[in-house]
Amino acid sequence: MSDQMKNALLEYTTRLGDDAVVLGHRISEWVSYGPFLEEDIAYGNVALDYIGRARMFYTYAAELADDGRDEDDFAYMRNDREYHNLLLLELPKGDFAYSQVRQLFADVYYTLMLPQLLQSKDERLAAIAAKAIKETKYHLRRSRDWVLRLGEGTDESHRRAQKALDQLWGYTHELFDMDETEQLLADADIGVDVSKLRDDWLAMVTEIVTNATLSVPEDSWAVRGGRIGYHTENLGHMLTEMQIVHRSHPGCKW
Amino acid sequence: MNEISLMAEEHYQRLQQRNADDVKVLWDLLDAVKDPEVPALSIWDLGILRDIQCNGDQIVIIITPTYSGCPAMDNIRTDVIQCLNDNGYADVTVNMSLSPAWSSEWMSPEGRTKLRQYGIAPPEDAELDADGLTPDAHAACPHCGSRNTHRVSEFGSTACKALFQCDDCGEPFDYFKKI
Repeated sequence: MSDQMKNALLEYTTRLGDDAVVLGHRISEWVSYGPFLEEDIAYGNVALDYIGRARMFYTYAAELADDGRDEDDFAYMRNDREYHNLLLLELPKGDFAYSQVRQLFADVYYTLMLPQLLQSKDERLAAIAAKAIKETKYHLRRSRDWVLRLGEGTDESHRRAQKALDQLWGYTHELFDMDETEQLLADADIGVDVSKLRDDWLAMVTEIVTNATLSVPEDSWAVRGGRIGYHTENLGHMLTEMQIVHRSHPGCKW
Repeated sequence: MNEISLMAEEHYQRLQQRNADDVKVLWDLLDAVKDPEVPALSIWDLGILRDIQCNGDQIVIIITPTYSGCPAMDNIRTDVIQCLNDNGYADVTVNMSLSPAWSSEWMSPEGRTKLRQYGIAPPEDAELDADGLTPDAHAACPHCGSRNTHRVSEFGSTACKALFQCDDCGEPFDYFKKI
């Protein structure tokens, strides 16, 4: 493998780890704040799936980097500008409707993206995808059911779900952006060409949103930059909280 | 109740592998290592124990997680090493394998019976919905056997379980999800 390809693979694997840990952490913020006990537990479970995914991606990234870092260094010792996650995933948890709409966007995305990653010529990425696919089926059913329930629920839940859709829509465009790194890997059948997922994603989201008596927002604005480390102010706050124990007690073990 | 246990193909293959292995004694020893979340089951019963490789005195144990974020894996790793160390095997490494991804089909028939006795319904005690996921009702209650049950939550006390309640005996119970 050429150095260029190896660097691209490291960057790609790190990005996927960043996506997983950031969303996993955001979901975990619901623990003890869920609307009822079972939902609280459900959120804890989903968060755990994402954090597990992050560990698998980061462990692989650390092996590729081969510079003495481990998975924890990737998660806890990088600053916001070094995180290359999708912006959608770093936004604060907001209210319950906001988190569920974000989750629906992410779950539909992974429902389409992971089967492609499963075809990767890179065995590790394919193996991680194989595990994640099974979990995502359960995630999607839950977020889909919640969006239907919120949309068709009370005036208040409908209003909040629609507001969440409107506020989050502009962050979804970035999900389908390709850059040089990802194109290089997609051409080599290692990475996923996410630009090809957009139509199917839109169709699936539209069907669910429409069934929930909500409307799909128009494409009037788009925010981008996560993949090159330009973030909303929220990520810095999140990482501060997520990383403080590790950074305050370097090398500490239970 | 008569139970007719059909062996899943996946489990049959595992059994063949175990019985044919030169180091059957190690497989037997590791039956003592239980899942810390479901102590009724050994790591063999759950299908987490995938392979044992021996190179002279070096032993490599291959395990696989049930779910990506399963917090029990670190404990299981330590327990495996401890178990073999206690039995005189000093050079033990535990490696995690992700592929093929764990399937609930790998659970042993004994494991399924033990699960029920422990109060957890195994995957085959519910008819899956059209998407192949946990249904919203009728998982068999491990306490009284009734099918008159409903799902309380798709996600239970651990990632691998959903929560049900029996409408006849009133007891809540965990259902081990099929994946």
